Amino acid sequence: MTELTRMDRREFVTLLGGGIVVVVTVPFESLWDALDQQGRQRGYPEDINAYLHIAQDGKVTLYSGKIEMGQGVMTSLSQMAAEELGVSLDAVHIIMGDTAACPWDMGTFGSLTTRVFGPAVRAAAAQARLILTDLAARRLGVARDGLTVENGVVYVTAAPSRRASYGELANGQRITHTVDQKAVLRAVREFGVMGRSPRRLDGIEKVTGAAKYAGDIRLPGMLYARVLRSPAHGATLQRMDASAVAAMRDVTVVSEDGLVAVLSADPETAERALKLVRAEFDDPALAVNTETIFDHLVRSGGTPNTPEAAGDLAAGQRLCTRTYDVTYYNGYVAHAPIEPHTAVAEVKDGKATVWSSTQGPFSQQATIAREIGFPPEDVRVITPYVGGGFGGKMAGLQAVEAARLAKFTGKPVQVAWTRAEEFFYDSFRPAAVVKIVSGVDGEGRLALWDYQVYGAGARGSDVFYDVPNRSVRVYGEWGRAPDGMHPFAVGPWRAPAANTNRFAAEQQIDMMALGAGVDPLEFRLKNTKDPRMLGVLQAVAKAYGWKPAPSPSRTGRGRGVACGIDAGTYVAHVADVTVDLQTGKIAVERVVCAQDMGVVVNPDGARMQMEGCITMGLGYALSEEVRFEGRRVLDESFATYQLPRFSWVPAIETVLVSNDGLSPQGGGEPAIINMGAVIANAVFDATGARMRRLPMTPERVLAEIRRI
Amino acid sequence: MSEIIRFKLNGTPVTLDTNADRRLLWVLRTDLELTGAKYGCGEGQCGSCTVIVDGRAVRSCQASLGSVQGKAVTTIEGLALDGKLHPLQQAFQEHGALQCGYCTPGMIMNAYGVLLRHPNPTREQIVQGMQPNLCRCGAHTRIIRAIEVAAGRNGGSHD
Repeated sequence: MTELTRMDRREFVTLLGGGIVVVVTVPFESLWDALDQQGRQRGYPEDINAYLHIAQDGKVTLYSGKIEMGQGVMTSLSQMAAEELGVSLDAVHIIMGDTAACPWDMGTFGSLTTRVFGPAVRAAAAQARLILTDLAARRLGVARDGLTVENGVVYVTAAPSRRASYGELANGQRITHTVDQKAVLRAVREFGVMGRSPRRLDGIEKVTGAAKYAGDIRLPGMLYARVLRSPAHGATLQRMDASAVAAMRDVTVVSEDGLVAVLSADPETAERALKLVRAEFDDPALAVNTETIFDHLVRSGGTPNTPEAAGDLAAGQRLCTRTYDVTYYNGYVAHAPIEPHTAVAEVKDGKATVWSSTQGPFSQQATIAREIGFPPEDVRVITPYVGGGFGGKMAGLQAVEAARLAKFTGKPVQVAWTRAEEFFYDSFRPAAVVKIVSGVDGEGRLALWDYQVYGAGARGSDVFYDVPNRSVRVYGEWGRAPDGMHPFAVGPWRAPAANTNRFAAEQQIDMMALGAGVDPLEFRLKNTKDPRMLGVLQAVAKAYGWKPAPSPSRTGRGRGVACGIDAGTYVAHVADVTVDLQTGKIAVERVVCAQDMGVVVNPDGARMQMEGCITMGLGYALSEEVRFEGRRVLDESFATYQLPRFSWVPAIETVLVSNDGLSPQGGGEPAIINMGAVIANAVFDATGARMRRLPMTPERVLAEIRRI
Repeated sequence: MSEIIRFKLNGTPVTLDTNADRRLLWVLRTDLELTGAKYGCGEGQCGSCTVIVDGRAVRSCQASLGSVQGKAVTTIEGLALDGKLHPLQQAFQEHGALQCGYCTPGMIMNAYGVLLRHPNPTREQIVQGMQPNLCRCGAHTRIIRAIEVAAGRNGGSHD
């Protein structure tokens, strides 16, 4: 936090009325020892007032730079604060993603909210509890260890009627108090709020229609903008004629620095006006499409990163009684949140306020400031509820457009992308190629793992199996891919790269198990010593009722297993499928998922995320693929781009593997990473056909069955 | 062309003097300031804009304002009665049948339409009835459960 925004926040706190201002002398970073990804950019603030405010009436406000887009962190973060502070959950109110009130944050992605921001919240709340207890000790004339905290009240343990509430301790005054001691976090056995599953705090607003999303913000005089779009990425505007719009009443046309928009107080009028704008673009031909992209990716891979290298690949090859050389493919996939990118911007008195559907309010603040030439402190980004993100709502072009148009017109402006714009401007999950050469020795042990991935990235490629001779090479990590590798923007998509990597790796493992004549579950158990992996595999096998059976069954019914590690969490799946051998259509009948995520903050919330991952994963496994020709995106509606629907959803069983010795790990992404692999392995069991390309459409399944 | 459109909105008569060709969704979201019905695709493909018109679930992004002339329109804002949640709303909340919440108003209104057709629905009738609605977060299994629970409570009616 800069000094300036810190001051702004204090002003904000003052507006709320009196409260406790506390200063800690212990360096704040030492209060927790989590993986500090933020440290590389900006750390979380040391001042616990940046996170918490306690009002006279005892109400606690928690400030979070992380946002709520469905993951349920509004609830779980509040639970963490309530637990450590010693108040009931309903005493906590949370403000999320408001750059004027919340501590700086790099963005809500990577399943980092619970893992990294959570420890900061817990440390701040625990420290506040210690300070408040110390204040009570002075007031009551009792040593701290003779006091008990319960529901925001500190009382003398031996004489409970002698008490002081947090609100009373604040006494409407600004109190500065220091404690030269680090607060101890509550142990799992002491939990009263964490480890439980209260109903979602956002539930009532969401079931009544009261929940506000960016598109629901209404400001007096607000205009709805529609922006002129190019037909292909990289196309530039050659000629434009908006004279036909001039005849329409109450429509404003803006053409400024490449941004052409029509604006009206009525969104449908703006839509009609846009259709009247005549525009010609050049056509930046690019000879690559949905089918030829894979050769292109391999050709344009550049120099690889090598996250893993051990032993000697040639020596490993000599040890193998049999080697497997297989290449896997997946296409581009869209985020497709049901809420398209939307923003409302108002520019007044030299300051901009932008309500944006974003996963990164602070990065948006910086981007908007740069684009409209304001100092960052004069741009405030407010994040209402976000209608799904999945990694796709970071860049925030729509908020920049809204801010530019608001500045230019002097009126509040809403930019809400249409579904077609959403498909076109999405930063897709990259298409990718994975080449694996692997093998087992005469004892059925892994001896060789030579792994190359093009286009996706390293995440999920970690070799947790015991392979003495191994190499992982990554060509074109997303975000750092060589220029021209992808014909349009690519970006993080729920567990970026991990879906690609597990799809390939876990099929390869299955193939080797089959070749060695070992049950695929047994083969995995035999080839890893990692206790957490063994734990989730055994848990999923037990919940499913796994017994060794000859494979493939080729009966049209099959089962598969797959496992992996993501965001510090271990996860294993077993799935049952049926395959219609005439049509190639796959139906996923049952999915069992076991997950070890360390301490579980909210078990039901964790299960919701697992179920969401499994259901969303059906899409990239079975149907989702963005088709394109050159730099034109051909899929631009849900009519051709098929998301999972109700009838596709299998029976889902989730198992949380107890691991209270480990701090909370990621929960929003892990359970999606095995979905491609577990279905592919089950399809093999059902048909004897190996599916090496995602999505596994009926046509591709039939083609593979015919190749057998 | 401007004309007088009269209909009942969440039990209250409304009169609008406006173009009857406008989409119901945008009239609700702008003139009538009810933002519960959401834009998701504008093509009737996702169901986020679903409202009830004379007892049937309708995609308000496809319906013209003129098509509701003289009819009764219920939106998510009109489902709770006297501050008491509708059994569907209650069940969605209790069973965590939502995540980001953006598709939720459309899910609940579509489910309302399903329960009007099938007061005691089988699971298959629920699945088929909800099939046209999209949820990207993957709350499907809980949505089905919530509808089953709500149906069990007096066929999903307030009484």
